[in-house]
Parts: sequence; C-alpha cells; structure tokens
Amino acid sequence: MSDFVSNFWGVYIAVVVIVGFVGLAYLLFSQSKTTVKKGEQVEITGHVWDDDLAEYNNPLPRWWMLMFYITLVFGAVYLTLYPGLGTWKGLRGWTSVGQYKEEKAQAEAKYQPLYDKFLKQDVKAVAADPEAQAMGKRLFQTYCVQCHGSDARGAKGFPNLTDNDWLYGGTPEIIKTTISGGRQGQMPAFGAAFGEEKVKDAANYVMSLSGKKHDADRAARGKETFAAICSACHGADGKGNQAVGAPNLTDNVWLYGGTEKTIIETITNGRNNQMPAWKDFLGDGKVHLLTSYVYGLSHNGTAQ
Amino acid sequence: MDTQSTYNYKVVRQFSIMTVVWGIVGMLVGVIIAAQLVWPELNFGPWFHYGRLRPLHTNAVIFAFGGSALFATSYYVVQRTCHVRLLSDKLAAFTFWGWQLVIVLAAVTLPLGLTTGKEYAELEWPIDILITVVWVAYAIVFFGTLAIRKVKHIYVANWFYGAFILAVALLHIVNSLEVPVTMWKSYSVYAGAVDAMVQWWYGHNAVGFFLTAAFLGMMYYFVPKQAGRPVYSYRLSVVHFWALIFTYMWAGPHHLHYTALPDWTQSLGMAFSLVLLAPSWGGMINGIMTLSGAWHKLRTDPVLKFLVVSLSFYGMSTFEGPMMSIKTVNALSHYTDWTIGHVHSGALGWVAFISIGSMYYLIPRLFGRDAMHSVKLIETHFWLATVGVVLYIASLWIAGVMEGLMWRALNPDGTLTYSFAEAVKATYPYLFVRFLGGVLFLTGMLLMAYNTYRTVVAGRAVDAKIPAVAVHAH
Repeated sequence: MSDFVSNFWGVYIAVVVIVGFVGLAYLLFSQSKTTVKKGEQVEITGHVWDDDLAEYNNPLPRWWMLMFYITLVFGAVYLTLYPGLGTWKGLRGWTSVGQYKEEKAQAEAKYQPLYDKFLKQDVKAVAADPEAQAMGKRLFQTYCVQCHGSDARGAKGFPNLTDNDWLYGGTPEIIKTTISGGRQGQMPAFGAAFGEEKVKDAANYVMSLSGKKHDADRAARGKETFAAICSACHGADGKGNQAVGAPNLTDNVWLYGGTEKTIIETITNGRNNQMPAWKDFLGDGKVHLLTSYVYGLSHNGTAQ
Repeated sequence: MDTQSTYNYKVVRQFSIMTVVWGIVGMLVGVIIAAQLVWPELNFGPWFHYGRLRPLHTNAVIFAFGGSALFATSYYVVQRTCHVRLLSDKLAAFTFWGWQLVIVLAAVTLPLGLTTGKEYAELEWPIDILITVVWVAYAIVFFGTLAIRKVKHIYVANWFYGAFILAVALLHIVNSLEVPVTMWKSYSVYAGAVDAMVQWWYGHNAVGFFLTAAFLGMMYYFVPKQAGRPVYSYRLSVVHFWALIFTYMWAGPHHLHYTALPDWTQSLGMAFSLVLLAPSWGGMINGIMTLSGAWHKLRTDPVLKFLVVSLSFYGMSTFEGPMMSIKTVNALSHYTDWTIGHVHSGALGWVAFISIGSMYYLIPRLFGRDAMHSVKLIETHFWLATVGVVLYIASLWIAGVMEGLMWRALNPDGTLTYSFAEAVKATYPYLFVRFLGGVLFLTGMLLMAYNTYRTVVAGRAVDAKIPAVAVHAH
C-alpha cells in the first residue's frame, strides 16, 4: 500500500531531500576554499558591535568539514539502500514489516519445537514436569502478568488463578478453551429495571449468600428478586453456572469486590469484561504449556 | 530620563529576575518528581501526582526559565548590537506580563489536569492563543529593533535569535491547531500517525530552535564578551547557521522509530539527524575556539567556566543525539531512562549552564555593579551544578542501558528473562542518584538567588547610554 495519496507527493519528497543534500554540500564546498598559510595572521572581518565585539574570519576546520562530508555521504548511501526518497523502495528492498516477519519466522523455527514437544503429553503430566512448569511460568510472566499479576492472584476485574475457584471451569480442557479463544464476561445492567431499593435488597441477599454481614429484612425481600431474575444465570442456590461464566456467589470470592457498594454498582450497571484470545498469537504449543501452568497453580500445591 | 538616549534595560531586568525565580520553581518541581519516582508514596492526590507535575516541570524549566532567559538576553543583545533602543517599550512590557501570565496559567491548569496531551505543548487552546499573541508582539519588538538598527551588519547572535522567534511561531501554530469543544478542552485537528509526526516535528524543533538555536544566539554574545576575544570564525558561523536551521526541520521522525510511522519517514529522520552533527558542532567550535588566547581566564573566572562547560555539554549531547537516532541504537535506547539522561545533559548542561553564565554577566550590569555580590558563591554554584549534572546523566545512562538490555534479554526458550517490574526495580538506586544530582543542581540555583538578591539590593537600576555610532561600525 502506498503511503502517498498521489504520485506527486513521492516525487516532491524525493526532490526536496536531494536538493537539500546537494545544497548542504554546496554550502560547505563554497566556503571551504580559503586557507591560512602558516604564520599568517587571520584578519578581523572589520565589523565591530557594542564596543568590542568582533569576528575573526578563520577558515572552516578541516576535520569538521570532513565530518560534515562523511555524514552527507552516509546519508546519501543510506537513502539509496533504504526507503526514504518518497516512493523509492531502496536497493535492499527492506521494510520494517518484512524485518518483523522474518525475525518472527526465525524465532518460531528456533523456539516452537521446544514448546511443541509437550503437545504429546497431557496437561496434567506437563503440570507435574518441573522443566515445563518453569517454561510455563516464563510465558506467564511475559504474556499474562499485565492483567493477572506476577503472582497470578489477579486484581479487581481480573480473576485470581491460584485459588481453584473458576468462573468457567478448571479442567484442563476448559482452561485451554479460555486461553485459546478468550472470554467475554457479561452481566446485564438491572438498575433501570429494579430501581434503587430493589437493587439494594438484592445486594443484601447476595451478601447473605456468602455469610457476610447484611440487612436481614432487605435480604428477605432480595431473595424474591434473586429467585425471579438472578437465578437464571447464577442458579437457584446462587452457586453460579460455569457454562455461561456466571460466578458462584456463595463462596465469598469476588471478582469486582464484595462490599455492599460494589455489589450495588455491579447490579445497577452490569459488568462487561474481556479476556483476549491467544491461540493465533501464541500457537498451540505455548497455549498448551500455559494451560498446564495455570492448571498447576491451583493443583500442584505450590501456587506462587 | 531621556529614553531615546538609553537602552531599555527595564524589561531585561524583569525577565532576568524571573529567570532566576522560574529556574528555582521549575527545578524544584523536577526534584519533587524525581523523588516521586524513588518514593512513590510522595504522590499526593490527583493535583500533585507525577502525571500532572511532570508537564508542569517541563513547561516551567523550558518556557518559564529558558523562555525568560531568552527574552532577557535577546532584548539586551539586540539593543546593544544594533546600538538602538527597543522598538517599543510598551510592547516589550506587554511581552513580559503576557509571558508571565502564560506561565501562571500553566502552573494552574496543568495540576488541574487540563491538558492537550501533546508533550511540551500541553497547554489548552485559550493559553495557546495567548502565547501566539505574546509571540507576535515579541517578533515585532525584536525584528522592529533590528530594522531601525544604527549599524549596517547584523551581528550573528541576532541571526540565531531571529531564526528562533520565526521557527517557534511556525511550530507553535501548526502543532496547536485544535478544535475547542469547551473552555478547557480541545481536540487536535490531526489524527493517528499524522498527529504523532506533527507532534514530533514540533517536539524536536522545540529542542532545535528553542533550546539550541536561541541559546547559540546567547552564546555568540556572552562568550566573546566575557572572554574579551573576537569570535573565532565568521565563515563558520554562516555555514553552521544555515546548515543547522535547514537540517533540524527534518530530524523529528527519529522520535518515532519502529512505530506506525511509514518507513520512508523514519529513514529520512535518521539520515538528517546524522547530518545534523556537524552543523551542531560548528557552534561549539566557534564558542570554544573563541577562547584561544584567553584560556588562562578560566582559572579565575567562574562565569567563563559556566559558559565554556555549557559548550562542552552542548557538544556532548549533540554527538549523543545523532547516535541515538540511529535505528539500531534507538532500538536499545528508546523508552529508557537514557533518553531522559540525554535530554538533561542538554537541558541542564547546555541550556541551564549558558543561561546561568549569561545571567551572572548580565545582572550586575543591569543594576549598576561591576560584578555579582560574591564571585566565590558563583564558583561554588559552578561546582555544585557540575557535580549535579554529572551524577544526573551518568546514573541515567547506566539505568537506561540496563533497562534496554533487560527488556530485550531472552531465555533459551525465547521468553523474556525479566518481567517489566523487575527492570523497574533494578533502576531504583540509579533513580536515587539522579534525585541527588537534581538536589545539588537546585542548591546551586538557591545560591544564585541569594547572590542575585545581594547584588540587586546593593545596586540600583541603571539604563546604559546608547553610544554614538563609531566610525568603523558603519
């Protein structure tokens, strides 16, 4: 794809650059001929400002001129070999995208076998292999820590991966599905449908499910709302539904926080959360290794 | 007083005093944010958070401290080398009060979080308009004074000041084109990679014309004056002037290596950045060689020390800059603290040193004294500042190269050896040394404030007489 909206601009850039280089070289050359013979006194230009400000007219230092010429030659050679002069692609045919693809292909050829060899083993076996776990941890530290934290304990909105409490399920197959395809966690907003009072009632019922301190009257009223509406996803017993990623509300584990204020916020505005899909970016081998690492975090007893 | 027979020193005095004041304010904010990087618990509330104080620091040191120094010296130099009073006292006074208003508005709006998000051009649209008005007035005063000069030839310092005034007007207007949506919110008219390119065309030329060309103008007056020697080479000043102002305009894309900017733009930015080395060094050579025959004065004259060391730092950072613009070097240095070290070797070592030296030359003359109150304090200031800069840039060199190496280090399986937080943690001791360097530099500025205060109270404001034009100055 061309970077220019018309052929004119490519030519324009090239012409201005070439004229610039030639102009700089000419400027330098035109002022480089005078020299001072040894022992000869350099003259003052004859202009004086502010009592005593005057100027010698020493010739340009030779080493400095040489340095100037070298940088001009370097620039000219560089712009012949690489793109720069408008649409000129450069003799080397280099592009940054090309370099990226080439380096990526090299890295894949070099590293992919290291990961792919674990594909033959099942996740639980890989999770028990210390070498594979060390590699998985390094992958995790590169790709996953931005959200889940370097200790994998997550943060507000980002699940803790060490506690064996799962939104979508903790079997090797499901973890792999989550990493490969990502997840879109969505809870609808009920603020408008419920009204403030009903939201507060429902929040108190949710708090009661986890055995938190709550307003019993509100919880009693909230229970009806829960049974009528919320149970569709979270289940009649509030234990959630991993098939749709609806969290268990009875275990006192909170993705966004378990205070009355936060729960009211969640019910009122709903939640929208996304984990990106990694399959295309990382490839099967790395996804497999990460699956086993994440599985191992809550099954190896060495969660760290 | 017959104002037509004297130079207008009043506006020079005002800007000179504010140079010292804003220098302290700007560098104090710098020390605070350096401390916040070492001790993050020093981030108090939204107003005093690093993210809001950092632009306040850059605006205060560049535009308040550097800007005041440039207004002061350019008004002084243009009068004395044209042998004529400023074109208009009223307009000059307007530039002083207008510029101070810009600075105060910046100091209020930036901590409030009102920002365009463009680096070094954060101020919102009403302030942008005020800057434009003040700048046009500045251009009228400066070029108007040149136009009514009593000597035929225009002294080299004025070429540089003139180029600076014209280029900054162009840069400011083009980069600040924005659509206001409310009183304190606007959107840039540019989008995507074009916006980034316009921003760094502006950003690098702010370095090139505000922080380089203009201060070279300062250098071309105060170095020969303080050394008592003629400028080394008129020819060199012509060549490096034209080469510098032409080439700087192309260097901006080196701030955007390995980004969505098209390959051809990046290549041009790198090629011209390398070409920039010789034109930049032309100014250093001309300054340092002006001292030949006067080197002995360096032993006893701390003002000259400030001026000469500034040229050394100028030469060093204008060598480092082109090297960092080489794409393979940039792949290591970009986004690391090396860049911040590089900027400060220019901003402290070059800009602040030349400004401080020039102020020590200027202030006694504006207040009818032969010299500053205490030469010993200038000497102490010089050493505090020198040690401060060296600590600052050396620690950030180490931190920056270390970060660059840690970020790219790979395990045998192709994963990153270090998580980002590990590289952050590793910079801790170097960020502390940088903080110490900043404290030393600020301490020197406090000595300068005291020295200035004693000089001013023991002197009286004088406006020098304009001498009759000498015969040889036709």
